Amino acid sequence: MLSARTEHRRAWWQASPAMIWLGLFFLAPLVLIVLYSFQSRASDGTVAWTWTLENYAKLLRDGSFWRTLWLSTWIALVVTLITLLISYPLAYFMATRPKRWRSALLFAVMLPFWTNFLVRIYAWKVLLGNNGVINQVLAGVGLEPIAIINSQWAVLLALVYGELPYMILPLYAALERFDWTQMEAAHDLGAGRVQAFTRIMLPQTLAGITAGAILVFVPTVGTFAVSDILGGTDGFMIGNLLDLHFRSTPNWPYGAAISMLFMLLLLGAIALYLKATREETDGENPG
Amino acid sequence: MSNSGWAVELDHISKEFRGTAAVRDVSLRIADGEFFSLLGPSGCGKTTLLRMIAGFELPDRGEIVIHNVVMGDTPPHQRDVNTVFQSYALFPHMSVAENVAFGLQMKHVNKREIATRVQQALDMVQLGSYGERRPRQLSGGQQQRVALARALINQPEVLLLDEPLGALDLKLRKEMQLELKGIQQRLGITFIFVTHDQEEALTMSDRIAVMDAGQVLQVGGPTEIYERPTFRFVADFIGECNFLPGSVVAVENGSATIQTSGGLQVTGIAPQPVAVGAAVVLAIRPEKVRLIEGDRPAGVNLFPVKVERVAYIGSDTRIIVRLPDGAPFDVWEANTVSTLDPNQYYTPGDEVFLAWTPQNALVLRH
Repeated sequence: MLSARTEHRRAWWQASPAMIWLGLFFLAPLVLIVLYSFQSRASDGTVAWTWTLENYAKLLRDGSFWRTLWLSTWIALVVTLITLLISYPLAYFMATRPKRWRSALLFAVMLPFWTNFLVRIYAWKVLLGNNGVINQVLAGVGLEPIAIINSQWAVLLALVYGELPYMILPLYAALERFDWTQMEAAHDLGAGRVQAFTRIMLPQTLAGITAGAILVFVPTVGTFAVSDILGGTDGFMIGNLLDLHFRSTPNWPYGAAISMLFMLLLLGAIALYLKATREETDGENPG
Repeated sequence: MSNSGWAVELDHISKEFRGTAAVRDVSLRIADGEFFSLLGPSGCGKTTLLRMIAGFELPDRGEIVIHNVVMGDTPPHQRDVNTVFQSYALFPHMSVAENVAFGLQMKHVNKREIATRVQQALDMVQLGSYGERRPRQLSGGQQQRVALARALINQPEVLLLDEPLGALDLKLRKEMQLELKGIQQRLGITFIFVTHDQEEALTMSDRIAVMDAGQVLQVGGPTEIYERPTFRFVADFIGECNFLPGSVVAVENGSATIQTSGGLQVTGIAPQPVAVGAAVVLAIRPEKVRLIEGDRPAGVNLFPVKVERVAYIGSDTRIIVRLPDGAPFDVWEANTVSTLDPNQYYTPGDEVFLAWTPQNALVLRH
């Protein structure tokens, strides 16, 4: 029998490749961004190594930052809500099919992943453009064209499309292990369809909803490519603001500060959300 | 509302699943306050029948009447019946007390009354101090009691139980059988109990319906089902039974003599009329025959046999003998005398006589 100490040391050794990996590719860039955010701007827009709090002070007064943050949050919330409303019935449908159909349906959900994401976003540009496929069809049947490209609505649409699988999969996982005789038990005890859903099924799939919501909200709120390609100035999100400060009109320290504040706010929001849902799901059957 | 005295009436019920008949033309009447069992092997349609009474399935043909109300397509939550599920189907995200309270909450009973009745229901199943626990913190037997309390708190006219004891170990199952029967007698509620365990059905039921292949073969009290089965299937499914196939050679007031295919001439009572020449089986239970040692005594239904195998199981000795035609035949002898003397027990190779009185053997149609 190995001593606890040797055991402990061995565990560290075994974990070391993962540690090195995380340290190099996750921790180091993060530390760098933290450091950047407390430096002043060099004349070429990169970092001059003199310590300052000025970036954060400026950020708190920067109206465009808060407006962009608000739009990003708003879009991400709406996208999360819409994907949830579409995905729940879809996942329900999938989970209630006979077993041999389920894997085929799962495959269909994941099929879009086989094409590059950027290619799919450009496809939306072709579809939604002012002379795009949709407007040509509308003109063909004598209807007014719609001006959706370069707006937050185009961003919203493409994000919902792109994020849908990330919501469907955790919901499907939650519904697939749900014990359906509980619904019969609820009906048997006098619950109608709505009550059986809200009292029995919803609470037990809340963990799936939480997972899906985080999986959709986090990438959406920080999206860059979708809003860059489809959003124009109307759909200018945090990701585009960061791009601006690191690339177009460089101010790396300021960009780093935006990135830090954004990350802290996001982490805080998710922590609050998890705390709230954990109290709800407390006692749910694990696994 | 006039009361016919029937809790549940099933009138020519049929149900198919994807072209396969699960229940075929079943008619039954279950009396108010009765402990009624649906007994049969798995796939015989007993659970489907129960699910139709609960309202989870609708019959393709026929009518279900619960306390004089024709059910038609009334959904489960509007039927005055409750179910104890085989898997219990407790709600894992709720405490035991919340599980039990659920039915009353759906009926909008006020909170104070719910609290009182939940406590009573939990006390009834001896789980009075378990209200705050989660179902998964309880043993199988305790979960079973919670499921029972959750159903009974609604004071249904009829309680449906779908193999509720199937997941429990033997000792616990025997305890719960007595407890269930006690609760049923105390509350006077009609219980419809689905089981494949014949001993369970015999122990608990006022009446039993024996089912096979979607049909009810026989309905009757435990003694009737065991002592006077009307079909070979019933005799075979309930308890152990020897069968001697043959054809009828003589019939006289309620009994019949048959010539077995092995060349023996045997007599038994015929619960249903049979005609001379009909192909029948003689059914005879292993505990209802005797082995006689020594010289051949006089009498009918008496054959020389050879002991082939002997199994001592404590209360009984189970002996397999060979008939003159070579067919095996089971004999159970109660060990009514306590002794270690090996000469008091049969040993393989013993040559003895097998005998039974005609009233212990039944002539049944196939």
